[in-house]
Amino acid sequence: MAIRSRKTGKPAPRQMAPQGTLARAPKKAAERGIAAAQKSRTNGRPEPWVGRRYLRKEDPRLIQGISHYADDLRLPGMLHCVFVRSPHAYARIAGIHTGAARSSPGVVAVYTASDTKALGVVPCAGALPDLKIPRHPVLAEGHVRHVGEPVAAVIAEDLYQARDAAEKVQVEYDPLPAVVDPEKALAGTNFVHASVKSNQAFTHQLKNGDVDAAFSRADRVVKARFVNQRLAPVSMETRGVVAQYLPGEKTLTVWSSTQIPHLLKTQVALILGVPETHVRVVTPEVGGGFGSKLNVYREEAVVPFAAMQLGRPVKWSESRRENIAATIHGRDQINYVELALKKNGTILGMRARVISDLGAYHQLLTPIIPTLTALLISGCYKIGALQCDVVGVFTNKMATDAYRGAGRPEATYIIERMVDLAARELNLDPAEIRRRNFPKPREYPFATITGITYDSGNYENAMKKALELAGYSRLRARQKDAWKRGKYYGVGLSTYVEICAMGPSTAMPAGGWESGTVRVEPTGKITVLTGASPHGQGQETTFAQIVADIFGLTPDDVNIVHGDTAAVPYGIGTFGSRATAVGGTAMYIAAQKVKAKMAAIAAHLLGEKAAAMNFSAGRVGTKKKSLGFGEVVGAAYVARNLPPGVEPGLEATHFFEPSNFTFPFGTHVVSCEVDAETGHIRIDKYVAVDDCGNVINPLLVEGQIHGGIVQGVSQALFEEVIYNEDGQLVTGTLMDYSMPKAAQVPEFILERTCTPSPVNPMGVKGVGEAGTIASTPAVVNAVCDALRPLGITHIDMPLKPEKVWRAIQQARAAAAS
Amino acid sequence: MTKDIKIKINGVEHRASVEPRLLLVHFLREVAGLTGTHIGCETSLCGACTVMLEGRAVKSCTVLAVQADGASVTTVEGLAQSGALHPVQEGFWEEHGLQCGYCTPGMIMAAADLLEHSPAAAAGATPGDLEIREGLGGNICRCTGYQNIVAAVRSAARKMNRRKKAVAA
Repeated sequence: MAIRSRKTGKPAPRQMAPQGTLARAPKKAAERGIAAAQKSRTNGRPEPWVGRRYLRKEDPRLIQGISHYADDLRLPGMLHCVFVRSPHAYARIAGIHTGAARSSPGVVAVYTASDTKALGVVPCAGALPDLKIPRHPVLAEGHVRHVGEPVAAVIAEDLYQARDAAEKVQVEYDPLPAVVDPEKALAGTNFVHASVKSNQAFTHQLKNGDVDAAFSRADRVVKARFVNQRLAPVSMETRGVVAQYLPGEKTLTVWSSTQIPHLLKTQVALILGVPETHVRVVTPEVGGGFGSKLNVYREEAVVPFAAMQLGRPVKWSESRRENIAATIHGRDQINYVELALKKNGTILGMRARVISDLGAYHQLLTPIIPTLTALLISGCYKIGALQCDVVGVFTNKMATDAYRGAGRPEATYIIERMVDLAARELNLDPAEIRRRNFPKPREYPFATITGITYDSGNYENAMKKALELAGYSRLRARQKDAWKRGKYYGVGLSTYVEICAMGPSTAMPAGGWESGTVRVEPTGKITVLTGASPHGQGQETTFAQIVADIFGLTPDDVNIVHGDTAAVPYGIGTFGSRATAVGGTAMYIAAQKVKAKMAAIAAHLLGEKAAAMNFSAGRVGTKKKSLGFGEVVGAAYVARNLPPGVEPGLEATHFFEPSNFTFPFGTHVVSCEVDAETGHIRIDKYVAVDDCGNVINPLLVEGQIHGGIVQGVSQALFEEVIYNEDGQLVTGTLMDYSMPKAAQVPEFILERTCTPSPVNPMGVKGVGEAGTIASTPAVVNAVCDALRPLGITHIDMPLKPEKVWRAIQQARAAAAS
Repeated sequence: MTKDIKIKINGVEHRASVEPRLLLVHFLREVAGLTGTHIGCETSLCGACTVMLEGRAVKSCTVLAVQADGASVTTVEGLAQSGALHPVQEGFWEEHGLQCGYCTPGMIMAAADLLEHSPAAAAGATPGDLEIREGLGGNICRCTGYQNIVAAVRSAARKMNRRKKAVAA
């Protein structure tokens, strides 16, 4: 049988002909057992497929190990690339000696900046008025500015030879004092980029209402300083790039583990100076991204450059060390916040200063991320006046950029911690102070003090449901009892709102629309091309459910093709919880266009009105007269008897431009016990009530929330990228960077409320980041609540036992003196 | 310097002359062409490369190919038997125990080992959630938050026990 791409169902390009087991026929028989399970989940009834716990179409290839990630690709004559990277945080490059590497066995080429300096630079999409964008070359030029910065690329016949040779590249460094602390960096005279003559990369102010008046009217002002620590995204598949250049056809194909194949295609063309018409980007199976692959990286230019120079395919697979040192980081903010309050808990005003550690070079969205913090900083509350000042700071570290939530987790952490501190100051219940500041359901669309409009919401409803589900009053009783016994038990809330479905193009750096193409093939099967680029979210399943309902077919009749710029019209990609709300809507509208055409053809053949055509169970027509779906399709392609003015074929493309973002919300409740002797935190109960509008597949929504919560809990308790005072990365492996394990995280109790979005016809909002945004403050609120009897108001994340233990010791010592 | 070795992988013998430093995971992927076993860290911390060596789970990034000379290895590609998915594979599909799928082959192999060798499974009982969570302590998943992985393993354990009982009866 012909080898078919398991991802697209299309014949695999010849050069990708898989080897070994990859060439085996799919084990159809092996998958039959699941069909029965699928049937029971769908009650054996066809339609509607939307709303069901439909099992994923992606899974058979993944559970059998027969899909293709970038590192699984093999092309004839393929070479391997290994990068030589800076061991220093900041140094002048005095010389690079590549002779020994070049004569090492198997080495074909060694590239340094002297080979690549004519190429374009790594792009940044930020457009703030005073933004400084220092040159970001594809290989270090003159200086290295963070540990892991690539200095040279070694290309050899096999990976081991390339690694051997990389060790023989001698780089002479003159180390310079590193810029590490962002607050000191602002005042200092040691600059990361001498050309900029400042470490301040940009400033951004968001101001609305009379802030000074709000503070002078306040009964009480609550102040805090929070550190939102640097995190590593750590997708389980690291990055990977394979490139092939065909000199005859002048075509460059780049396979990259990315979330944005089309944007990457454009940028690769610009950096390398190749016509975009001759560049194709393909995303193979992508093993997670969490924002870290929403970028254009140096390696995505150097590997294709090498392939073009050498006329042979080149592969680079990122090692985990490289992944932690040279793939973007997330968060890393210091926040100074003040809240002006009335005695009854009403929030009159807010002041915030956001200091964002950007690292050494801007990646695609680096300066934009902290501006999203400002945009969401009022959370789900009515706040009378606001001033938020953001400053971006260069340091000798890897760039920060979009990591799951991207600026919104920081905002949610700020406001949800502040509201808790306010409740404590005013002796109000944390749920009650929130309730008093929520907009009422009739106030939607709700214009926030930050200048955006929340599409729909009912925050009180979600909170009420979460408190009931958690047994809030029982938890409070348990807390009282624990405190009496000298134990530390706490309850934490987070009532969050977030920004999804990114977004209207007016609010986005490079287009916020998405494309969708729906083609009914002559055989009656449906191919969907989507500009979204899922990498674990499961849109091959959910999009098929949506389209199956529109045409009265089954999800198995629909194949979702994504991540190939040669096949799919230009798209933006998958990030910012946008794939379903924006990409799904584009596809939905395209499908409606095709359906309308089929209805016209069917009505013509049946002598009925098009409006009377119903699509159900593989038939098109009325109850009395109908045609098989395939008969109508056949008529469209044979094209001998079409209604006047109707073109042959059955295909439509829609580019959907959303009118607004969507704003999912919810309440998470956490209870925990803190062991005062060890500082260990045990999460006792975790309840999440989320509202992401209408749901296509509850099974997948729950999966997104589970995974999101763990990333947020893990920020609260475990994870931290640490650079020491010399700018050395001391958490450079998974031995040092604390990833959550199965036994370290609790079981979650999930419920939903449903407030559809008015922004798109399906009423969907997005759910990819909600768990991460909501969970972090809920956990920290619970821990700080537990420690109230000791007078502890705040501990910065991650709440590692040692840190918690020290805070307890200090509090006890202070109380004793 | 190379060494001639043979390794039986999923019942098929593979012979090659390899450098002594070649990792088993690279033998599986590059020599045998079995790319279902993934590399996540190369330092035995993430478990993505877990395979069965002589019936027990090992991290194939920290085994040299020469150490496996003459041995028998099962990878995720060899888990399904006579056209039927392994109950652990079924469990992962039915309980939505995977999202991006990258950790999944290693996670499935570790879970299969756990269900074969855990005290509870040996006694014909279903391992408790904590035993499952601790049993998977060598494998990292970034997508699922583990809850559905635990459900998948629990479901597989029940299925395997039912089958064992059916065979015994």
